[in-house]
Amino acid sequence: MSLSFVLSKLLRLVLTVWAAATLVFIMLRLAGDPVAAMVPSDAPQIVIDRYRERFGLDQPFIIQYFAYLRGILSGDFGISFRTGGPAWDMVAPRILPTLILTGTATLVAIVLGVPAGMLAAANHNSPFDRLVMSFSVFGFAMPNFFLGILLILLFTLNWRLLPSGGFEHPQSLIMPAITLGLASAGAYARLTRSAVLEVLASPFMRTARANGVPPLRRMTHHVLRAVLVPLVTLAGFSIGALIAGAVVTETVFAWPGIGRLLVTSVTERDLAVVQLIVILAALTMAISNMMVDLLYGWLDPRIGTRRRSGAG
Amino acid sequence: MARWRLGFVIPAFLLGLVIAFAIFGDFLTPHDYGTSSLLNRNKPPVFAGGSWAYPLGTDGLGRDLLARLVFGTRISIGLALVGTLIGAVLGTVLGLIAARSNNLIGALIVAGIDLQAAVPFMIIALATLAIFGNSLTLFVVILGLYGWENYARLVRGSAMSAHTLPFVEAARSIGVGAMTIDRRHILPTVFNVVIVQATLNFPQTILLESGLSFLGLGIQPPFTSLGQLLGEGRDSLGRAWWLAVVPGTLIFVTTLSVSLLGDALRDRLDPTMRRG
Repeated sequence: MSLSFVLSKLLRLVLTVWAAATLVFIMLRLAGDPVAAMVPSDAPQIVIDRYRERFGLDQPFIIQYFAYLRGILSGDFGISFRTGGPAWDMVAPRILPTLILTGTATLVAIVLGVPAGMLAAANHNSPFDRLVMSFSVFGFAMPNFFLGILLILLFTLNWRLLPSGGFEHPQSLIMPAITLGLASAGAYARLTRSAVLEVLASPFMRTARANGVPPLRRMTHHVLRAVLVPLVTLAGFSIGALIAGAVVTETVFAWPGIGRLLVTSVTERDLAVVQLIVILAALTMAISNMMVDLLYGWLDPRIGTRRRSGAG
Repeated sequence: MARWRLGFVIPAFLLGLVIAFAIFGDFLTPHDYGTSSLLNRNKPPVFAGGSWAYPLGTDGLGRDLLARLVFGTRISIGLALVGTLIGAVLGTVLGLIAARSNNLIGALIVAGIDLQAAVPFMIIALATLAIFGNSLTLFVVILGLYGWENYARLVRGSAMSAHTLPFVEAARSIGVGAMTIDRRHILPTVFNVVIVQATLNFPQTILLESGLSFLGLGIQPPFTSLGQLLGEGRDSLGRAWWLAVVPGTLIFVTTLSVSLLGDALRDRLDPTMRRG
C-alpha cells in the first residue's frame, strides 16, 4: 500500500465532508433569513439588524461561507437555539451511547449473519438454506420501528422481561441492538451465502478438497479468508444504514444517542445541531469508506496492485 | 419453473390484496377516516370483544381504525409510487446524460451521485425537513429524490456499454441526434435495470415514508399514513396494541411482497442471477 494511495483516500475524505458541509450551508441560505425564525414577527428593524450583525448575516455570502468553514475547522459549530449553548455540547455526550448501540448491533448482525450464511451455502438448497434466505428477506422488509414496537410489546408489556427504554441498565441495550442489528444480519447472511457459494465452486477449493483438508478447516481457513473482502465491503456499506436505523431505533427505545437528538432537533428546528449531526454523519461514512478501501489492500494485496498499475 | 411461479404468485396475491384494500376499502366501513366520535373512543376490535360496528376498533379520539387504515394505505402506497416514479425518471435521465457527456455536466452528475451516497439519505431528509419546515410538497420531493443516485449510477454504466454497440454507432454515424439515440436505442437496453432497481427502491421508499411519518416528521394530521398510524398507536401500546400492530403489519406485508416480487422479477429479467 503506497503512501499516495492513502493520501488520495484522505483527500477524498476531506472533499466529501467539505461537500456535505457546503450543501448544508447552501440549503440553510436557500431556506431564507435565519433571523426571521429567531425573533418575533413584529420585532423592530433594529433588533433584526442587531441579530444579523451578531451572526454575521450582514456580510456577503462568500464571507459568511468562509466564516462557516473556519468555524467548522476550529470546532465552532454554532449555537443551539434550544439551550443557547454551543451545538457541540449538545452532541458530544450523545456520541458514546450511539457508538455503543451501533457497535453492538453490528456485532449482532455479524455473529448471526455470517455463520448463518456460511451454513446455508454449505447446505445449498437445503431447508436450512431456504430458512436463512427467507429470514434475510424478512429482515429487509421489516421496518425497524415496527420490529422495535413488537419487541417492546412482547418483552416489556407482555412478559415484563426487559425495560422498554433508557440507558441505565445493561439489559436496556438488548432490544435496541437486536432491532438495529437484525436487518443487517439478513444482509450479511445473504451476502456471505452467495460469496461462499462462489468460492466453493472455485478451483482452489477443489484442490483443498482433493488434498483432504477437512470441511471445517476448509471453511475457516480457505473460504472465510476469501469472503472477507465482500464482507468488509458490506460492513462499509451498512454504516449508512446503521446511522439511518439508529435515528428510528433510538427514538423507539428512548436511547440517549445522536439519532434521537437529531429527531428532537428537527422537530424544534434547532438548525445548528442538525447541521453538526449531518457533518458528523458525512465524516463517519467517509472514514468508514476510507477504512474499507485501506482494508482491501491489506486483505487482498492484488487489489492495491491492480489499482496502482491501473493508475499508471 | 414451478418454483418461480410460486415465488411470484404468492407475493403478487398479497400485494393485490393490499392494493384492493386501498382502492375498495371504503366499502368495508361506513366511517370516515378523520371523523372522531367521542362516544365511541377506544373501542376494541372484533377479535378482542368489540362489535362489528367498528371491526378493528377505534382510537383514543373515537376514529375508526379500519377507515384510517384504508386512507393510510392509500397515502403510503400513493406516495411511494410517486416517489419511486420521480426517482426513476430523474435518475434515468441524469444517468443517460452522464453516459454521453464527457464534459463538466457529466462530471457534475457523477459528483452528485457520490455526494448523495456520502450521507445516509435519512439524515439528508431530516436535515431538509428541519431547514425548510414540513410541507406535503417538500415531503414528496424528498421521497422522489430518494434513491435517484442508484438509478443514475446503474443507468450510466449500462448506457456507457450500450454506446459501444454497433447499431448505436451506426445510428450516430448517419447523424441521428443524441436525444433520439438515447430514446430509441439506449433507453430500451437500460430499461430492465431501471425496472429491477425500482422494485428495490419502492419498498425502501415505503419504509422511508413510514419511518419519517412514524417519527412525526412526515405526513401531518389530519392526513395519515401507515407510518403515522403506527406512531400514534405506539402511545397506547399497553392498552390497545392493535392500533400499532395492524398498521405495522400492513407496512410489512406490502414491503415484503414487493421485495419478493422484485426477487422473482430479477431472476426473470437477469438470467445470470438465476443460479443463486
